[in-house]
Amino acid sequence: MPIVRTLILEPSGSVGRYVLLMYKAFATLGDLPSYRKNIFDQMIRIGIESMPIVALAAAFSGAVTTVQAAYQLVSPFIPTSIIGSIVAPSMILELGAVVTGFILAGRVGARIAAELGTMRVTEQIDALEAMGLNSVGYLVVPRVLAGVVMFPVLYVTASFVGISGGMAVGVWGGFVPLGEFVAGAREFFQPFDPIFGLIKSLVFGFTITTISCYKGYFTGGGAEGVGKATTEAAVTSCVYILIADLLLAVALL
Amino acid sequence: MIHVDNITKSFGDKRVLTDVSLEIREGETTAVIGRSGSGKSVLMKHIIGLLIPEKGRVLVDGVDIDHIPYAELRKIRTQFGVLFQGGALFDSMSSFENVAFPLRTFTTKTDAEIADEVGRCLEMVELPDVGGKMPAELSGGMQKRVALARAIALRPRYILYDEPTSGLDPETSNTIDDLIRSLAEQLNVTSIVITHDMHSVLSIADRAAFIHGGRMHWVGTIDELHASTDKTLCDFVRANEYQIGVRS
Repeated sequence: MPIVRTLILEPSGSVGRYVLLMYKAFATLGDLPSYRKNIFDQMIRIGIESMPIVALAAAFSGAVTTVQAAYQLVSPFIPTSIIGSIVAPSMILELGAVVTGFILAGRVGARIAAELGTMRVTEQIDALEAMGLNSVGYLVVPRVLAGVVMFPVLYVTASFVGISGGMAVGVWGGFVPLGEFVAGAREFFQPFDPIFGLIKSLVFGFTITTISCYKGYFTGGGAEGVGKATTEAAVTSCVYILIADLLLAVALL
Repeated sequence: MIHVDNITKSFGDKRVLTDVSLEIREGETTAVIGRSGSGKSVLMKHIIGLLIPEKGRVLVDGVDIDHIPYAELRKIRTQFGVLFQGGALFDSMSSFENVAFPLRTFTTKTDAEIADEVGRCLEMVELPDVGGKMPAELSGGMQKRVALARAIALRPRYILYDEPTSGLDPETSNTIDDLIRSLAEQLNVTSIVITHDMHSVLSIADRAAFIHGGRMHWVGTIDELHASTDKTLCDFVRANEYQIGVRS
């Protein structure tokens, strides 16, 4: 029955293979010292090299939030400090993590899937296994660990740059004086907010890297398969970021 | 010694191997021949445990490799060197780094010792000067030779060749055949060559195993192959005769 295969068997098979891949990955954590160089390489590729685009997107997100807040809310009856009260929590609670997540789903997720997918279709993964190496430990674990470690760093950067961007546009655009912006940002600051953002960034980092590794590792079908895996890695990561965002907000806020 | 014992394998609804048995004798070069899509490469992947049969077993030195812990399987795999069809060189590494990779991963040699060993391996495949080149800068034949250098870096007991001459011109194919023969002699390894190239088979193999329609159809020495009157085997060999004439 094709409908049973499409709706039940194939999704169940995908979940099963994803879980098995994660099980194999965590089972190799004891070999971490031998993957040290690989982990640092991936931290640079995933984290440091993504810094400029994440900072750029965050700066513009903060700036646009400031302009829109000014457009919608500023009137003689509302203090201009409201702009700081909107921009800072928005960046810390939502935009910092989500903007970073979306950018990295495209930049990092697609790259991971393309790298592993190409290695699969050109038998490089088989070559690793045939040598006696654990390919999951060598290829998947460093990427996932690098993602989990570097995403929070990128989140902090995005939040800081986003708030700074909003502040700069607010002050230079004449929407809000610096002191008012800072006072507004501090007024509604909750110590749990950045912790919530960090938790989200950890979850997003794990989600994007594991989904992309899964899509790449199980690629089949030559160049077309690599293209399909790359697209699916980016799209699926974005969808699961949105789902995880909602679930975390409901559970923790 | 490797024993393939009645293995059966399907992918989805497609049965690829049916009750295939084969004995790979120590020190010999065994060619597994057959038409494209007959299941030769699938058989090779079973021999190193990259695929698990639905039925049957593969014994390497008496150990059933499909029913041992993964860590033990990995140890057994270090006794194998594998030359994949496309070379499967790591394209992010130079030729030198590709050959050095198994040495860095599985031995405690110093950088100087590794450099010496890589040099020796590249000499053996007659490419002493390509260490600094990336795989993309090499021709198909050179990629296969560098991949062969990587396969022999750990001095394996068994070398598996998956279609070593496919896609190569006749002269380069002859060079690869010569390398396979000389490595078998120099390193005293047991070789398994998956191929449909009868010229290779006649020039390098001690024994041949013919897979037809997913079944092991015929096994014997090269002399027995010449003397065989089996129609299916003769048809396959005869279809290669023109190619043999071109390369001789």
